Amino acid sequence: MAAKLLFGIIITLLAILALVLVVVVIGGILAGLLAPVLGSVPISYNFRSIRARWTSTIVAILGIAGTVGVFVAMLSLARGFRATLVASGSAGNALVMRAGSTSEMMGGITLDSVKIAMDQPGVARDASGQPLATQEVVGVIPIPLISTGTDANVEVRGVSSNVLEIRKFVKIVQGRIFHSGLDELVVGKNASKTYQGLTVGNTVNFGGGQWKVVGVFDAGGSAFDSEVWCDGRILNEVLKRPDNIFQSATVHLTSPAAFQQFKDAVTSDPRLNLEVQREVDYYAKQSSTMTRLITVLGGLVAAIMAFGAIFGALNTMYSAVSERGREIATMRALGFSTWSVILSFLFEALLISFVAGVLGCLAVLPLNGWTTNTMNFQTFSNLAFAFKITFDLLVMGVLFALVMGVLGGLLPALRAAMRPVAVSLREL
Amino acid sequence: MKFNRLILANLFRKKARLFLTIGSFAVALFLFAFLSVVNDAFGRGADVAGADRLIVINRTSIINTIPLSYRDQILRIPGVKAVTHDNWFGGVYQDEKNFFPQFVIDPESQRQVYPELVVPDDQWNNFLKDRDGAIVGAATMKRFGWKIGDRVPIKTTLYGLAGTAWEFNIDGVYHGKDPKDDETQFWFRWDAFEERVPERLKGQIGWYILRVENPDDSVRIAKAIDTMFMNSPYETRTETESAFAAGWVKQFGNIKFLIVTIGTVVFFTLLLVTGNTMAISVRERTPEIAILKAIGFSDRAVLGFILSESLVIAVLGCIGLLLALLAVPVLSRAMAGLLPALLISPKVLISGVAAALAVGFASAILPGLGAMRMRVVDALRRV
Repeated sequence: MAAKLLFGIIITLLAILALVLVVVVIGGILAGLLAPVLGSVPISYNFRSIRARWTSTIVAILGIAGTVGVFVAMLSLARGFRATLVASGSAGNALVMRAGSTSEMMGGITLDSVKIAMDQPGVARDASGQPLATQEVVGVIPIPLISTGTDANVEVRGVSSNVLEIRKFVKIVQGRIFHSGLDELVVGKNASKTYQGLTVGNTVNFGGGQWKVVGVFDAGGSAFDSEVWCDGRILNEVLKRPDNIFQSATVHLTSPAAFQQFKDAVTSDPRLNLEVQREVDYYAKQSSTMTRLITVLGGLVAAIMAFGAIFGALNTMYSAVSERGREIATMRALGFSTWSVILSFLFEALLISFVAGVLGCLAVLPLNGWTTNTMNFQTFSNLAFAFKITFDLLVMGVLFALVMGVLGGLLPALRAAMRPVAVSLREL
Repeated sequence: MKFNRLILANLFRKKARLFLTIGSFAVALFLFAFLSVVNDAFGRGADVAGADRLIVINRTSIINTIPLSYRDQILRIPGVKAVTHDNWFGGVYQDEKNFFPQFVIDPESQRQVYPELVVPDDQWNNFLKDRDGAIVGAATMKRFGWKIGDRVPIKTTLYGLAGTAWEFNIDGVYHGKDPKDDETQFWFRWDAFEERVPERLKGQIGWYILRVENPDDSVRIAKAIDTMFMNSPYETRTETESAFAAGWVKQFGNIKFLIVTIGTVVFFTLLLVTGNTMAISVRERTPEIAILKAIGFSDRAVLGFILSESLVIAVLGCIGLLLALLAVPVLSRAMAGLLPALLISPKVLISGVAAALAVGFASAILPGLGAMRMRVVDALRRV
């Protein structure tokens, strides 16, 4: 009972502290930015003093820029990974798997079940009245990575020949789609950049056979871009799966709103043991563990670095204040108010941190779109994805820099202004 | 040590600055420790891989199975000491977030191939007698608070009707001899597995692990195995356990590169910050240094003072390593299903201290040399 009370008190105090900190930081940023207007110390003083102490300034800038750079890079890594998986799939498609499966890799559904599911209401049909559905076989095969030469487990998906009509967001950008019945492959654009030998005209060896790469597709940056697609029936034989058993089926719905109708029809049919999800929801779930890992690790690293940067900024600003003791005293003796001096220092701190923030962002910008790869535990397969730096991430980076600047500049500014003039003038 | 008072007095003249510089060191060292620990966790598999063990997987795909009938043929190859086999079960205990690896093992041969994973004899004997028995690694036992004798349900996802619970009796706990050994695994018996899987999956194992008499024979034996099963419906691929683990780690992408980059950025920044601080502090004390020289302290002594101050700060900054030592076990538990156990090794701590001292030295050397060479007359004039 007492422990709970104590805990409650501590949490409340921490919450109040956090609130005060937030208010101070926001106030500091606003005050600093408005300093040229609010305060009477001319900003040319700030520019000149930065120039006079350019070594210290460069040091502070580099410290903050480094932290912002790492912060933006880590977040864009997590974003890129998540974007890949979230972008996968369309709201107009539904994925059908064996009930209880958490991923496509597990479980099997029979061709008969797929045929029954395809006939349910809500499934779009093509010009000849056939339901738009693709039954798929998924596996992993070893292909060497271009970067290390060692094998990565690449996801290979056996699809039906009408797959492009169902996954309308996938476009062939080079070559053509495979001909059904032949040992041909069509590869995702990220896959061709990450794994060896996946270029049009090349032959790949796996499953005891030679496969010819006939095309490259662009799946809009989704997980499919890391995959290799081929004819489902041939893959089934190669992977020694029983005939007519697939891992999943994807149907194109008449409209995204038809999802519920389709799902209800499939799950209530006693002949079927299937579950239905929207394609987008399935892929969002597939990324959860890895995204969490990257975000947690990245967040921890950025938080630690932020502390370091704040210490560094504080150190630099404190030193700056102690070096400028006489200047400050002179300014106050001349008649500038304490308030103006504080604003002036805040402005300088913000100016430095703003420049540092922009520099940090610019430094990591070349990473945008750079593909890297990692293994997604949940699907046991390698996933190539790109760093994704968006405008809002850059804005967050600069804001982060400003926050560090305020935290680093506020206390020294207060100190500078509060010291008695006579004492400061007397200093050697 | 007669100059301690002087050095300490100089350090404490600006307490805020001292605190902040120590803080910068502490943060950088904490980060260094954290990154080393994460890097080590990613590469853990490769570290504990046995030098005398080989892994045999299906050549077409790692998720394809190999027949159990291959075992006897493998045993007949000269130089093979023992063979065991594993299947990946991949079940769920209550919630997917509670992930831990479950393997179907062959009780007869397990201990011959993995002697470093130790189970007390009485527990192992109970396991041998109990068809539904399970042996659990110490870390997983602790994570869920299980005790020997508990009956645990694991929901199957890959075999049989998905979502059905397979129940096992915990008959024993295994511990690894080396702190780096994986203690999260859940083992249960091949015969229990074989009985419950559908007909078409019977007699199929996931991969073989064999132990060889002489590690130098690995290449020959690997080739012999793969040649033996070439052109069969289940072609194999054999490599040493360390090569396999290293390949696995490489699939995680270039984590090492990422970490080294961050580490370099951090240390470079730290160097700049502390170097600048030392430079400012020396500049401020020009008159005092001049007076010290005027009263008779040698140039070398002055250099010594400045270097000592910096090194003292560096040593005090090692508190960051102490913080890391305390924080790592907490972080490890928080990330239990995501990463292997985070361990901080003495090597990391020693490298941290060495790096701190190096930065302390490097940041003070230029200002120190400047102070050393300063001419008393010029310095006194600058008062």
